[in-house]
Amino acid sequence: MKFEYAPAPESRSIVSLRDWNGLFIGGEFVPGTGGSGVFKTVSPATEEVLAEVTSAGAEDVDRAVAAARAAYERTWSVMPGRERGKYLFRIARILQERSRELAVLETLDNGKPIRESRDVDVPLAAAHFFYHAGWSDKLSYAGYGPSPRPLGVAGQVIPWNFPLLMLAWKIAPALACGNTVVLKPAETTPLTALLFAEICQQADLPPGVVNIVTGAGDTGRLLVGHPGIDKVAFTGSTEVGKEIARTCARSRRRLTLELGGKAANVVFDDAPVDQAVEGIVNGIFFNQGHVCCAGSRLLVQESAAEDVLAALRRRMATLRLGDPLDKNTDVGAINSAKQLAKIRTLAESGDADGAQRWSPPCVLPDRGFWFPPTVFTGVSQAHRIAREEIFGPVLSVLTFRTPAEAVEKANNTPYGLSAGVWTEKGSRILWMAGRLRAGVVWANTFNRFDPSSPFGGYKESGYGREGGRHGLEAYLDVH
Amino acid sequence: MNSSVATAVSDVTSIAASGQALRRFLHGLPGVDEAGAQARAAMLASRSIKTTAKRQALDAAISMIDLTTLEGQDTPGKVLAMCAKARRPDPADATAPPVAAVCVYPDLVPVAVSGVAGSAVRVASVATAFPSGRASVDVKLADVKSAVAAGAGEVDMVIDRGAFLAGRYLGVFEEIAAVRAACGDAHLKVILETGELATLDNVRRASWLAMLAGADFIKTSTGKVAPAATLPVTMVMLEAVRDFRSAHGRQVGVKAAGGIRTAKDAIRYLVLVNETAGEEWLDPRWFRIGASSLLNDLLMQRTRMASGRYSGPDYFTMD
Repeated sequence: MKFEYAPAPESRSIVSLRDWNGLFIGGEFVPGTGGSGVFKTVSPATEEVLAEVTSAGAEDVDRAVAAARAAYERTWSVMPGRERGKYLFRIARILQERSRELAVLETLDNGKPIRESRDVDVPLAAAHFFYHAGWSDKLSYAGYGPSPRPLGVAGQVIPWNFPLLMLAWKIAPALACGNTVVLKPAETTPLTALLFAEICQQADLPPGVVNIVTGAGDTGRLLVGHPGIDKVAFTGSTEVGKEIARTCARSRRRLTLELGGKAANVVFDDAPVDQAVEGIVNGIFFNQGHVCCAGSRLLVQESAAEDVLAALRRRMATLRLGDPLDKNTDVGAINSAKQLAKIRTLAESGDADGAQRWSPPCVLPDRGFWFPPTVFTGVSQAHRIAREEIFGPVLSVLTFRTPAEAVEKANNTPYGLSAGVWTEKGSRILWMAGRLRAGVVWANTFNRFDPSSPFGGYKESGYGREGGRHGLEAYLDVH
Repeated sequence: MNSSVATAVSDVTSIAASGQALRRFLHGLPGVDEAGAQARAAMLASRSIKTTAKRQALDAAISMIDLTTLEGQDTPGKVLAMCAKARRPDPADATAPPVAAVCVYPDLVPVAVSGVAGSAVRVASVATAFPSGRASVDVKLADVKSAVAAGAGEVDMVIDRGAFLAGRYLGVFEEIAAVRAACGDAHLKVILETGELATLDNVRRASWLAMLAGADFIKTSTGKVAPAATLPVTMVMLEAVRDFRSAHGRQVGVKAAGGIRTAKDAIRYLVLVNETAGEEWLDPRWFRIGASSLLNDLLMQRTRMASGRYSGPDYFTMD
């Protein structure tokens, strides 16, 4: 029997799309001043214009930083931790209450499947606020001295792949530790950050504790180079991260960076095959591969390669690509035309380098930005698709013969954000984990996140940790 | 699971040549990671099946039911009433398909055969000292032969879980093979009683063991042990039949039995079949649901889809 799933679209009537003509500064939405502009944000699945958003200029960033400074000095840094915690708990509860609205808006603006925004992004964002709310009045037990102090005003710049979740990773620990923030969402995905601003109002968060300035790279440069901030936190590309590091090197500003990756997902011949295949799929096709810790290099033991790849292809043929709002969609749209062009260029380099490309039969929608789930076999370490971050649904498959060779190949990259190990042998998992130079090593799973678990990179994947007790250090004056 | 296993199972007799050889084979199957299997099953359970797909799924589920009564208090009257329901589940709507089979204890097979005579509904009988399986092999085979002689077209046997858990795989294999021979033309469903096997690794091994020994179907549970059918267990069994066919060329069916009570549950199983073994298993010849109360919920949902209104349980027969 052919079992066709009828369309099951999540209703978008829950979100009110409007022009957020303004920036969130000092607890209010205010228009941009001289030097500001306007830009459009589109749905990558249809290219429909969703809203016009203000592009903040120098004066706007000044105002935002000043509002954050005032709130820091007068209110937030002197408020007892248990009081700060109440606000964070309240925000977490509102995120849960408005989860459907947030998920639909995220999916519209980002192109990710509603199943992921509903089951991963929004619940994890709320979990980050709950987790850090708990720390607010317990910082003296965090291992950073009897009464660790906040740093001041944090300037935070986040990417477009997990807009609300990255916001939560940035804002929750900063606020829990007593800092105030000015956050800039990515220019292609500003909407959930603006909805979050509304949630701050709803939670009666004191004005100026959270400020949101929208805009592109120029706005981001103004923010991270602003003399009025004490701490910069950035998640995004290694290229921009290096530029920010150069900027901050000339100042006293603290800096944490969470940058790119080219993670190895290592599958041994004694792996639980069906779950390994799920892990490979989840590692690279989750969020269309727009994941800094994506398992973009599959290292599979040569003796198991044929069986694993056959199972992987069979599984890929069941992936459902299409309308991100459809509750049965597994693979959504590429976030922007620019990103799509980059993925195409790198995939073509894979062809040119002599790797073999395969995608399951799959019809791409006429409008919007789309790229089919793709696997390259016959990839060698020298190929661009084995070295450069593609940030798309493209998997490069390499083989290895021994555990030592697996470690060597896995580490042979300028990045070091994450890695996966698949084997039924516990001792081998520990042996590998001790040798892989990556901030996160997943064993028999991939792309699992929890607010209590620190996340961050080695080498050019950045420095500093987010989440867990370790993540608090980035927002406390501990040196 | 393709080429290497294909070579390995090309000769079943060599795999089962000795207890050791069989053990080596079963323990050489890829492991199952419990957390990963549960996560995958949970993800598939979140599929949203609406409108035309739901209508299709409800009818498919009805046609895959083994309508079951396995109680000490079963009487000819009860069985005949159930047979009538199996043939025409919804007296108010002739478009509702008949179920696949009725499933009864061996002594009631003659009654069931007369109850479904002239229809496409098959008669299945449990056997081999169901549900515990604790009897001598001779008694079990006599049980099977009497059911088949009385006209059962399908036999649902239980494996010797005690022997399996003790590692006496060859004993289990030989017993299944003997029952297979005693079945003659009847289809053999082998109940693994996964609730007693406990781990998914055991479920995978028992699935292969039963298929190698000649099972036409592998079935989760007797319905007398909790937990009965679960999504992760059924998923592992579906993976096993899929891999067994690609290795061995023979297609084996799967029956999920026990604990499936609502239309929503049943549809989740169909999604699981569709995305694990594939659409070739979405057929009453290859997938069955052992249930009793499920049928009425499917019928109520079906009527709701057609009329736009829910009607109460009083409008559906109790049989």
